[in-house]
Amino acid sequence: MSSAVANPSHVRMSYLDAIVQAQIEELERDERVIMMGEDIAIYGSGDLVERFGAKRIWPMPISETSFTGVGIGAAIAGLRPIIDLNIASFMYLASDQIINQAAKLRFMTGGQVRVPILFRVCMYYGTSIAAQHSDRPYPMFMNVPGLKIISPTTPADVKGLLKAAVRDDDPVMLFEDMKLWTLKDEVPTDLDFLVPIGKADIKRAGRDVTIVAISGAMRPTLEAAKALEKEGISAEVIDPRTLKPLDMDPILESVGKTGRLVIVENAHRMVSASSEIAAIVCEEAFDALRKPIIRLTAPDVHVAFSPALEQALFPSAEQIAAAVKRLL
Amino acid sequence: MPFTQAQALEAFRRMMRIRKFEEEGMRLFIAGRIPGAYHASIGEEATIVGACMALRVDDAMTGTHRSHGHPIGKGADLKALMAELMGKRTGICKGRGGSMHLADNSVGIIGESAIVGGGIPLATGVGLSAKVRGTDQVCLCFFGDGAVNQGTFHESLNMASLWKLPVIYLCENNGYAITTSVAISHAQPEIAKRASGYGMPGVAVDGQDVRAVFEASSTAVARARRGEGPTLIECKTYRFEEHEVGLVVPGQPYRTTEEVDFQRQNRDPVVLFRAALLSEGTKAAELEAIEREVATAVADAIAFGEESALPDPETLYDYMYSRPVLYPRKAGRASAAREG
Repeated sequence: MSSAVANPSHVRMSYLDAIVQAQIEELERDERVIMMGEDIAIYGSGDLVERFGAKRIWPMPISETSFTGVGIGAAIAGLRPIIDLNIASFMYLASDQIINQAAKLRFMTGGQVRVPILFRVCMYYGTSIAAQHSDRPYPMFMNVPGLKIISPTTPADVKGLLKAAVRDDDPVMLFEDMKLWTLKDEVPTDLDFLVPIGKADIKRAGRDVTIVAISGAMRPTLEAAKALEKEGISAEVIDPRTLKPLDMDPILESVGKTGRLVIVENAHRMVSASSEIAAIVCEEAFDALRKPIIRLTAPDVHVAFSPALEQALFPSAEQIAAAVKRLL
Repeated sequence: MPFTQAQALEAFRRMMRIRKFEEEGMRLFIAGRIPGAYHASIGEEATIVGACMALRVDDAMTGTHRSHGHPIGKGADLKALMAELMGKRTGICKGRGGSMHLADNSVGIIGESAIVGGGIPLATGVGLSAKVRGTDQVCLCFFGDGAVNQGTFHESLNMASLWKLPVIYLCENNGYAITTSVAISHAQPEIAKRASGYGMPGVAVDGQDVRAVFEASSTAVARARRGEGPTLIECKTYRFEEHEVGLVVPGQPYRTTEEVDFQRQNRDPVVLFRAALLSEGTKAAELEAIEREVATAVADAIAFGEESALPDPETLYDYMYSRPVLYPRKAGRASAAREG
C-alpha cells in the first residue's frame, strides 16, 4: 500500500490506505477492537479475516439499524468496535441507534456506561449515482449532543484521528469524503501517532482572507488558494478536522487578522456546518469583519443523476477564488 | 430446574419489592412528588423476577420504558431507584434518566430503552461481546409485545441465531402496546412461534407463574452458556394499571373493565405465588417477615429520595463525554463537562 520511503518516520500513501492502515494498527494493538460492516470480509482490504480471525472481523447482514445497535451493545460490554456504515445515505436506518442509544446512554445512565465506538461513514457523491447514494449528512449529526464528529482532509490527519477515535471512550463518527480517498501524502509510521479530536489545523498560512474548507471542499479550496497567490492574494486555509466539538479559536484568530471569511463545504446550505461557523464568528468576532461572510455550499436541492446537473452543485476552485475576490 | 426453597423465598421477596415499590411510587407520582410519567410494572412481577432469578450477578440485561421492575428483579438496591424517580442527585442515573430509564449497571443492566425495540440490538451486542471475549456471560433482553413488530426484533434475532449468541429474548406480552392489542397488530399472535423463522427455540409460558418463567429461563440460560445460541421466551402476562398512571384514553375503552377485574382477581402473580408457597408448607410468618422487610426497605428508599438534594444545574454537562469537552463553546466555558 505504500510507495517509496522518503523518510523512515513517514511513508507516502493515499487517504484511503491511511484509513486501512490505521484500522490494522489498532486491531493489532488492542484485541478489544473489532470491525463490523457489510461486505468487509471481501472489501475491507488487507485480508482482515485471515489476519485477525472471524471473532474480530464481522461481515454483517443488511440490517443497518440492528448491527449498529449490536456494535453499541458490544462497546458497552467491553469491546471497541469500528462500524463501517458504508455509504452515508444508507445510514439513516442506523441513525436511531446512533442518536438514541450511542449518543445518549452515558448521559442517561449518569455515567454508568460508556460507549467507545467508531462509526465510519463514506460520503460518496459526484459520480452519477443519484440522490439515494450521494448524501453528505454530517450537519444533521452535529445537532446531536453526545457525539464527536471528525472529517479530516489529509492522509496523515485521517490516520491520526481514526486512531484517536478508536482509543476514545465516546462515540465518534468519521465522515470520510470519497473525493479525498485518492489524495496521496506523507503519513507518520509511528504506531502511536495520534491527532487529537477537537483541534483545527491551518493548512495554508495567509493574511488577506480566511477560508474554512470542510472535508472534500478542501481540494478545490487549496487549488483556489494557489491560483490566488499568483495574483498576489494571500489566503489562509483552515481545516476544522473535527466538526464536533468545533475548535473555533484558530478561525476566530484568523478572522481577527484578515477580517474576511469564506466558508466552503459540499453539504446542503440550510443549517450546515458553515451556518454554525458563520454564526459563531458573528457572535464573537463581528467587530473584526470588514465584509459580510460568504458561504459556498451545495444548494437545497437533491443530487441529480445526470453529470450535467450534478457538476453544478458543488463549489469549484473558480467559484471559491471569485468569492474571495468579491471580499477584497 | 425448580426453585430451591431459598430461591422461592428470594423470588417472593423480589416480587413483593416490585409490588410495594410501584404502589408507593404511584402514590408519590399522583401526589406530585415524582415528575414526568409513571409506567408501573404491577401485574408483571412474576415474568420479571422469574427471568432474573435464572441469571448470575455478572450476567447482563436490557429493559424497556416500563423499567422499574427490571432492576428490582435483578436485585438492585431501592434507594437510588426511588431517588432517580424523584429526579434527585443521588438517583441511580444522577437525575438524567428517570422513570423510563431506570438502569442500574451494578446489577448488570446496560440500559432501559424507551425507544420501543431499541434495546434488542444492544442485548445482542452484549452477547456478541461475550462471544468475542470468550466468557460464558449471557444477556437477558426484555421487550414487550409491541416491540416484536419493530424491525430490530427481526434483524437482531436473525443475527443472534446465525452466530449462536448467548442472549435470552424475553417478551413481556401484556397484550397491549398502549391501546393497540396483539389481536389487531400481529399477523401471528402466538409470538413464541416467530422463533421458528430464525431457527431458534420459541417457548410460551404463563407469565403469571414465576416458577414456569424461571424454569423456561433457566433452560434458555443453560443453552446460551453452552454456546448453543439464543431462545425466544414469550411470557403471557398482564398490565394491571393503565399504560401510564393518569393516562386519559378517549372514546371506547380498548380493554373492558371485566377483563381487567378478572386479571386482578384471578391472575395476580403475587397472590398466586403466595398461595402456592403457603399450600406447600411455607409458614405464613416467614412470608409476613419478608413483607415487613420489604415495607421497611421501600419506606427507607422513599425517605432517602425525599431527603436527597436536587441536582445542581451547574452539573448539567456532567456525563456528556468521557473527558471534558468545551461545547457549546461559550456555555461550555462556564460549565465544562466533568469526568463522568
